Amino acid sequence: MPSKIPVNAIINNELIQFYCEPRQSLLEVLRDDLNLTGTKQGCNNGNCGACSVILDGMLVNSCLVLAVEIEGKSVTTIEGITPKEGLHILQQKFLEHNAQQCGICAPGFIMAAKALLDRNPDPTEEQVRRWLAGNLCRCTGYVKIVQAVLDAASCLRNSTQVER
Amino acid sequence: MIARAPSRKQNHKDKKFRVIGTSPIRSGDIDKVTGQAIYGIDTHLPGMLYGAVLRSPHAHARILSINCLEAEMMPGVKAVITSADFPDLTKQIISLGEEGASLQYQTDNILARDKVLYYGHAVAAVAATSLHIATEALQKINVTYEDIPPVVDIRKAMDGGAPVIHSNLRTDELGKKSNNPTNIASHVQFKSGNPEKGFSQASVVVEREFNTATVHQGYIEPQNATALFSANGQLSIWCSTQGVFSVRDQVSEILQIPVKYIRVYPLEVGGAFGGKNRVYLEPLAALLSKKSGHKPVKIVMSHNEVLTATGPTSASYIQIKMGADNKGQITAATAWLAYAAGAFPGSSVETAAACIFAPYRIDNILIDGYDVVVNRPWTASYRAPGVSNAVFACEVVIDELCERLAIDPLDFRCINGVKEGDQRTNGLRYDRIGFQETLETAKNQPHYTAPLLGPHQGRGVASGFWSNGGGRSSASASINLDGTVNLATGSVDLTGTRMSLSMQLAETLGIQADDVRTSTADTDFIGYTDGTWGSRTSFSTGWAVYEVGRQLIYALRKRAADLWQLPLKHVKFSEGIFTIGNQKFTFKELASRLCEDYPLSVNTSVSPDGVGPAFATHIVDVEVDPETGQVKILRYTAVQDVGKAIHPAYVEGQIQGAVTQGIGWALNEEYIYDEAGRMLNTSYLDYRIPTCPDVPSITPVIVEAPNPGHPYGVRGAGEMSIVPPPAAIANAIHAAVGVRMNTLPMSPARLLEAIWNKGLHSD
Repeated sequence: MPSKIPVNAIINNELIQFYCEPRQSLLEVLRDDLNLTGTKQGCNNGNCGACSVILDGMLVNSCLVLAVEIEGKSVTTIEGITPKEGLHILQQKFLEHNAQQCGICAPGFIMAAKALLDRNPDPTEEQVRRWLAGNLCRCTGYVKIVQAVLDAASCLRNSTQVER
Repeated sequence: MIARAPSRKQNHKDKKFRVIGTSPIRSGDIDKVTGQAIYGIDTHLPGMLYGAVLRSPHAHARILSINCLEAEMMPGVKAVITSADFPDLTKQIISLGEEGASLQYQTDNILARDKVLYYGHAVAAVAATSLHIATEALQKINVTYEDIPPVVDIRKAMDGGAPVIHSNLRTDELGKKSNNPTNIASHVQFKSGNPEKGFSQASVVVEREFNTATVHQGYIEPQNATALFSANGQLSIWCSTQGVFSVRDQVSEILQIPVKYIRVYPLEVGGAFGGKNRVYLEPLAALLSKKSGHKPVKIVMSHNEVLTATGPTSASYIQIKMGADNKGQITAATAWLAYAAGAFPGSSVETAAACIFAPYRIDNILIDGYDVVVNRPWTASYRAPGVSNAVFACEVVIDELCERLAIDPLDFRCINGVKEGDQRTNGLRYDRIGFQETLETAKNQPHYTAPLLGPHQGRGVASGFWSNGGGRSSASASINLDGTVNLATGSVDLTGTRMSLSMQLAETLGIQADDVRTSTADTDFIGYTDGTWGSRTSFSTGWAVYEVGRQLIYALRKRAADLWQLPLKHVKFSEGIFTIGNQKFTFKELASRLCEDYPLSVNTSVSPDGVGPAFATHIVDVEVDPETGQVKILRYTAVQDVGKAIHPAYVEGQIQGAVTQGIGWALNEEYIYDEAGRMLNTSYLDYRIPTCPDVPSITPVIVEAPNPGHPYGVRGAGEMSIVPPPAAIANAIHAAVGVRMNTLPMSPARLLEAIWNKGLHSD
């Protein structure tokens, strides 16, 4: 068995040290070792997007990242965007639009949508659909997911305008 | 309480609802968007071991030997099992007769015994301290195979000279067993009138043949199971399933453990669509747990395993012949359906045969269905099992009849569409149904008459039928002192049935949906309940919930009558209000007053008659790229009769999701095999389900023709709309570029070839 390597990283704004085998994926370490099971495991080979997390501002499939690769980097998972009270606007809009059915893809979609809105606060429907192409949902036909993301974007823009 | 089988006819005239028909947010869904919802795949127990399964690299081979010694010696490996570790079922199988065969098939599917029958067939399983060690150990298991020629194609499998997959299989020929070894497991038939005579009365007859590929349910959460076989003989199972009782019963039979020692826990399920009724991993995890010294063992399939080794739907070969007179009346129809069952008998060909012509009033019918084994994974249910392929064939032929007769396709369906009192294929008569309403509603959609805006665009329509399901359900309810109600049922909630059940109880009791908290109980805590299949939960479990609601009201009336010292008939309940003498109380007021000293809880089990079948009519616009054969869906409207939409937003989601799966079935999805019978596209990269940019914003249109067999008119909503899309899209492609597609999927390569053959390629 390969010996474990220490890794220091910021996960959800907290400095974390953990030990992992070089062959372990970030997804495996998040779920099995750090008990962050909000990041869901789907295909485990980069096709479904259920394990989407944000790594140093980049949207990644955590099943395709080795845990040792996050040394010195910052990871945000679904647990990291959920406020202590209430919900993130994307989570709220997913609920309001019934954008989740079985829900296994929902955390991944929400992380992917967050990465989009961080870059582009005013996406068109076409841009939302293209951006979410890496996240598979088999239940909803995507209609309500797209509506939720567009609605969340609009709310975010309005609230930023108020702050200004 | 006594088990009941409600069958009273319900009168839905002028029924007004307060809760049903609204779309409240289920607070429990917050866990799904924060990631806190616990799915089978999230199960983690102290001291847990990880399992992995060795699978056959051959499509058809004899197992000569399995040597596990080297794997067992590996550090970290705690147990290795093969089929030799299963209990000997010979006695049970013989005593069960016909059903014994299916127990044998199920056991053989979970771990191959003498032969492997498909690429990916499980051969052995390992439990180890980490998944990586378990996976490495698989490579140390030495299996010697002797290849046998495989047969993966359905028509080849039916040929006399084909390799025989099960030497003891004999065709069940309309109820009688034939004598010769074969791959044809059964032949079913529906017949009425005189088709030959009917065709002679037709002015147009269209006869076509169709092929459809194997497709998979494509859920995102793979099959997984965690089992703890305690030293005290108790077996606990956490898994991703549509039915906890079904898992309990299957595991009990396969491992010969009495059901009372098995407890199955329901969890959130990351998609199922019919694919999570049968067990695959649960018996393996249980045996590994026992053999490793009663440690919990968790096994998770890879998606490669999901595609190669769990049940997809049948590939099929279908011939259809339909005739109509010059007024557009169908005079006769025949269908010949061959469905690939996979490695063991049991495709949904009989269901397909019963549903294919069900939307139409046809006096002269002959339908033959054949269940055929091939060297592919054992097929399972997939949303309205087997019907999409059959309806694809029927509705494409109808489109051609309409073209030849120059009749509007919706008018044609109105002329021939069934109404209340007409006879079904299975001999029963239709009660109140909503097919004509779906047609009228479709005609009135702005979509149906909107102009198409470009070249190579076309519009298609198709209808379809699904029988919906009933089955057994149990519910228990207890009143809290604040007047809220805790409701438990045995129905696993796949996509929101906890809410639709809360709403039905709230409607019955005159309280708010939010006042009812609904959970799915494990197998020790609730009466027997069938799995969540056949769009049955809002119907059957809805009945159970309605019954416990009525029992609660009755019990409160009795308590009130005792307390106020009035005859029971002077305590009335109507529209959510109890009238006691001249005083009025809400449910909550009375409940908190009458349940403090004596708690009030009730339970019931039902198996209701009165299942209401569903119809749908879909309209689709497509644009075909004649250079590449690519089809773009421009606009989609799905009209479906659901009886009554308890939670319309959920129902819309069901329709949109079903249509999207139908679009995948129509255009992309397909199992591809090489000549040795190995599946080649075993990931979601190559087995391509629709992504967000592949589909348009699908418009669901809900029609409500209440089901007289349910207190609130429910028929079921989940499955129907997967049926019409392949046909509607094929008909739209014809309208766009003039080619009739008779093969699914209508992938770019196939469509391009068809366009070239037609000579339409623009140089």
